[in-house]
Amino acid sequence: MSNQAPLLELKNIKKDFFGNQVLEDINLTLDAGEVLGLVGENGAGKSTLMKILFGMTDIRDTGGYGGDVLLNGQKVNFNSPFDALAAGIGMVHQEFSLIPGFTANENILLNREPQKKSLAAVVFGDRLNTLDRKDMKSQAEEAIEKMGVHIEGAMTINDMPVGHKQFTEIARELSKEQLKLLILDEPTAVLTEQEADALLDSIRGMSKRGIAVIFITHRLQEILNVCNKVAVMRDGVLVKDVPAAETNIAEITRWMVGRSVADTAKDRREPPQTETVMSIQRLWVDMPGETVRDVNLDVRRGEILGIGGLAGQGKLGIPNGVMGLYPAGGKVIFDGREIPLNQPRACLNSQLAFVSEDRRGVGLLLDESLEWNIAFPAMQIHDKFLRPMLGGLVKWRDEKAIREVTARYIDELKIKCTSSKQKAKELSGGNQQKVCLAKAFALEPKFLFVSEPTRGIDVGAKALVLKALEKFNRESGVTIVMISSELEELRQICDRIAIVSGGRIAGILPAGRSSEAFGELMVSSVV
Amino acid sequence: MNGKNTSAPRKALNFLSNNAVPVMFIIIIAICLPMSGFSTTFLLNEIMTRLSRNAFLILSLLIPIMAGMGLNFGMTLGAMAAEIALILTSDWQIWGIPGIVLAMIMSIPISILLGLLCGKILNAAKGREMITSYIISFFMNGVYQLVVLYMMGSIIPIVHTTIKLPRGYGVRASVDLTRIRKALDNVLSINIGGVIVPVVTLLIIALMCLIIVWFRRTKLGQDMRAVGQDMEVARAAGIDVEGTRIISIVISTVLAGIGMVIYLQNMGDMATYSSHSQIGMFCIAALLVGGASVDKASIGNVFLGVILFHTMFILAPKAGAVIAGNEVIGEYFRVFVSYGVITVALVMYETKKRRAKAGMGAQLAAAQREGDKR
Amino acid sequence: MSEYVNESNRTLSKRVIEALKEFGLPRMIIAAFLLLMFIVAPFTGANFWTQITNVINRFSWNAVLVLAMVPMVHSGCGLNFGLPVGIIAGLLGATLSIEWGFTGPLSFVMAILIATPFALLFGLAYGWLLNKIKGGEMMIATYVGFSVVSFFCMMWLVLPYRKPDMAWGFEGTGLRTTFPIDKYYGGVLSNFLRIEIGRLVIPTGALLFFALLALAIWAFLHTKTGTAMTAVGSNATFARAAGINVDKIRMLSVVMSTWLAAVGILVYEQGFGFVQLYNAPFNMALPAVSAILIGGATANKASITNVIIGTILFQGMVTMTPTVMNGLINLDISEVLRVVVSNGMILYALTRKSEVTR
Repeated sequence: MSNQAPLLELKNIKKDFFGNQVLEDINLTLDAGEVLGLVGENGAGKSTLMKILFGMTDIRDTGGYGGDVLLNGQKVNFNSPFDALAAGIGMVHQEFSLIPGFTANENILLNREPQKKSLAAVVFGDRLNTLDRKDMKSQAEEAIEKMGVHIEGAMTINDMPVGHKQFTEIARELSKEQLKLLILDEPTAVLTEQEADALLDSIRGMSKRGIAVIFITHRLQEILNVCNKVAVMRDGVLVKDVPAAETNIAEITRWMVGRSVADTAKDRREPPQTETVMSIQRLWVDMPGETVRDVNLDVRRGEILGIGGLAGQGKLGIPNGVMGLYPAGGKVIFDGREIPLNQPRACLNSQLAFVSEDRRGVGLLLDESLEWNIAFPAMQIHDKFLRPMLGGLVKWRDEKAIREVTARYIDELKIKCTSSKQKAKELSGGNQQKVCLAKAFALEPKFLFVSEPTRGIDVGAKALVLKALEKFNRESGVTIVMISSELEELRQICDRIAIVSGGRIAGILPAGRSSEAFGELMVSSVV
Repeated sequence: MNGKNTSAPRKALNFLSNNAVPVMFIIIIAICLPMSGFSTTFLLNEIMTRLSRNAFLILSLLIPIMAGMGLNFGMTLGAMAAEIALILTSDWQIWGIPGIVLAMIMSIPISILLGLLCGKILNAAKGREMITSYIISFFMNGVYQLVVLYMMGSIIPIVHTTIKLPRGYGVRASVDLTRIRKALDNVLSINIGGVIVPVVTLLIIALMCLIIVWFRRTKLGQDMRAVGQDMEVARAAGIDVEGTRIISIVISTVLAGIGMVIYLQNMGDMATYSSHSQIGMFCIAALLVGGASVDKASIGNVFLGVILFHTMFILAPKAGAVIAGNEVIGEYFRVFVSYGVITVALVMYETKKRRAKAGMGAQLAAAQREGDKR
Repeated sequence: MSEYVNESNRTLSKRVIEALKEFGLPRMIIAAFLLLMFIVAPFTGANFWTQITNVINRFSWNAVLVLAMVPMVHSGCGLNFGLPVGIIAGLLGATLSIEWGFTGPLSFVMAILIATPFALLFGLAYGWLLNKIKGGEMMIATYVGFSVVSFFCMMWLVLPYRKPDMAWGFEGTGLRTTFPIDKYYGGVLSNFLRIEIGRLVIPTGALLFFALLALAIWAFLHTKTGTAMTAVGSNATFARAAGINVDKIRMLSVVMSTWLAAVGILVYEQGFGFVQLYNAPFNMALPAVSAILIGGATANKASITNVIIGTILFQGMVTMTPTVMNGLINLDISEVLRVVVSNGMILYALTRKSEVTR
């Protein structure tokens, strides 16, 4: 190994998704045994960068990337994760990649099992070699040893606590002889405090053994504890790359959320000092990956309340729980009346509406026309666009009224489509989002939840969507609660912003406050 | 949050709910047995015959289940292959053990071909393997008819008029296999207290069991288990998911082909156009009766299943005669039970799958409620 | 991410190709095959009008059974492989109506009326079960159908039917496997307003009856509840988020399908002239399933047009091929052809990816 060249060098990495720049000129070096803490808000570009490094196929499928990745001074270009693995890069993903019914040992050596020659293999090929269980055990144990955290090798994954599954994955990467660089994507999110500490020790051990680690986490203290240096990303740019010893949490937070451009502090209206229209009390929501633990939140009549926070902290769980899409408990009082939970119908009857973050899964009838998409909920809930026939015995669909309302929203929201009969799946993401909004508007709600309204849509559509929401709030006096991972977007149109951290409301601030103040709340009690 | 706390009564309940089908069957048999009035020797003989006749066929279902492809009607294709082979060996007048061995060998390439095709189609219908394989078996039955009813005798030479239809092509509805009847079973067969034990057939079945046990410990077997449990994870680990699935189906059709030869040599007679049509259903029912499920089946399930299922089969007509004064009722009853068992087993599998999901949520919710109270 | 579809770029030829693609290669082959049959038929000595009459006749027997697929497909319950459940309800209606002494057209009306409560009951139970096993409907539906049929095989023997026209004469109890219904409702629909022009015979009544039911389904799908049913089939999560009780809608669709199947078998019998019991219902589901697929339906989209086109194509194939093939090459491979085509069509639908992703 040449002593001069660093283990990993990223040179001017660029990446765009269909003209949408997500990474700009990333430069980063990493030496053997170094531990790099990579932080940034969601959508800052961390995962895209890691995908490039790990040769994920979706990067290539979307047009590849710009710039060079150098490993030991050699330019590499991975076509698939297998190439990256062969070159000594390992990655532990957030979602477990484990066979549930296999033991830890079997998973650690999955598809790399040591084998004993068998007679049948001579005839039918190597796959009929028998597994060398003894050797498997010793190799797996060696990897567990290397990791430094003890897990039971003979235990099946199904029976393991979540933390041990995470460690099994790490042990699998460590069992690969060629491993030089290990990427850990939010590994501590699922760990208990003790387990997290054990993991940090393990990372130190790897570092001593000469394995470089890229450690992605929202828990900044962990970064300061274990990393040699910290890289902060924001909006696709690497904003800071400093030794961990020379910085502190406050500074990192500032880098994470601070804007380089001047604050878009336009003519912000005074937050309305009206009475509470919805009071959420002691809400828990069981939404996988977005668990809400104990949320108390009062929403004022006529305001736009933003809910922000890092991914996985539970901000999405709040609207999904209140609207009855995921099992929830607690109390929600709207307009002085308690709204039963777990019943979407009851919420809709009380003139609540919800634009889901899962556009394709929940938000749209992809195979149906725009007309159906926009008119359906209003038809079902408020009996709109129906003509009574046979003395009200039959409620006949009023195609003309449906066409009219659709045409109105197509016009109002500038939905690009060939006709109101076009199928929803044929529209672009931005226009699909507008259809979702139109669907909610058509319900003429008193109160609207909007979840991640700008996720995955282009800049022009983003502005239009936000404008439409603002207009809906101002002109119809509808209270809006908007959930978004993009703080800037919340600050743009909201009156107040609540930040969710660890499944709870960490604080509520006027939208005019500095980004840093929000950033501190975001990382305050991260799980 | 984690860790399963299982108390003794819950364990018992779990055992019952996990083995509801076999338990149900034991009860049915316990009721029917005294009514039938059969002698023990007769019953044991019958069970022994059916065990040696069916066990190998049912074993062929195990491999696809291991690979996560569920209860698979792909085996029907192997049965068709065996029938084609037997028609040809009969026409060539090769009887006895040589005939059986030749039929087995000849069925293999046909089985492989059909298995490849079936595997390919099933790869395009992931998650719906059972219904798809079921329809494939119907589809292939049409192709089989085309070959046997129209091409044999016209394109594929068939000489003997005992096999050929009088019109000059096509095979008769029944092929006489008297001259290989029990050729395998009778080798070294012994009589233990009136029960005739076909030693060689049983040895072949035992050997197959050993091979399956051994196969589970091979790399391929491990890959199949991995693919069966989580295709995406297996793929990410570099296992050729599609290929592995196809291999599992091919193995199943080949084994079914050999199993069908064993089955037919025991019967000594072959219904050309219907022998294979119900075989898949009865094998699947027997396996389920033995306590297997869509995603889990063992060799033990096979034997328990054969014994329980066929005991019911033997008893049902007699019991029907006693209860309703009509033997036909018993025959309908056993068909009903076969279908019913499959229905119940499938429903139990699906609901269990759903309950597992819901259970996870409920557990989480409860934990949070605890926290909420505090 | 195919989120950027430029509409203006679509030329006419592309649209034509797309439309053809949507129609599907297998359907085109079957349609072309049938057309060829019609063209060739006169050369084999078969009378063209007799052939047309046969196809229309068979259509009028089977169309309602195929129509019974529509509600369940609409609500996302998939292809109704459990059709026999409804058929059994229809058979109960038929046998009880005869047993209780109704004759002529009245026996048909009574058969439907008697079958209705059974169809509702069976439909509710069947729907309840299907709601418990969402995702595994098709295979389980098949076996539920088989179980019910084989259960009723016993019942036909045991139930105390006495009418000599149906029951085994010598034993006193138990129904016959097949019995004619000339005295009862055989041909009641087909002969109503029957039109005969030379060799062409049109069973007007039966066609009108189907049209009536088809119109009712079409109308239902235009109501509020019908719209909800389509939405549930299109995206159940969307429907739930819009306040729809998904389970209830699915249940309703199963009940509707079951009732239509019950009526469908009665219509079939009046055309066929016989009631078939015992194992006969086993073989009724697959032809209906493949007919609607041939008509252009997918596992979760089906229209009345699909029913009509599919039944004509399927029944056309079934009736035309034997005569034409026999006349042409003196080789009747129509049975093989029917098996291969109908099951091939179902396979085609099961393996198409686009029909699975929701």
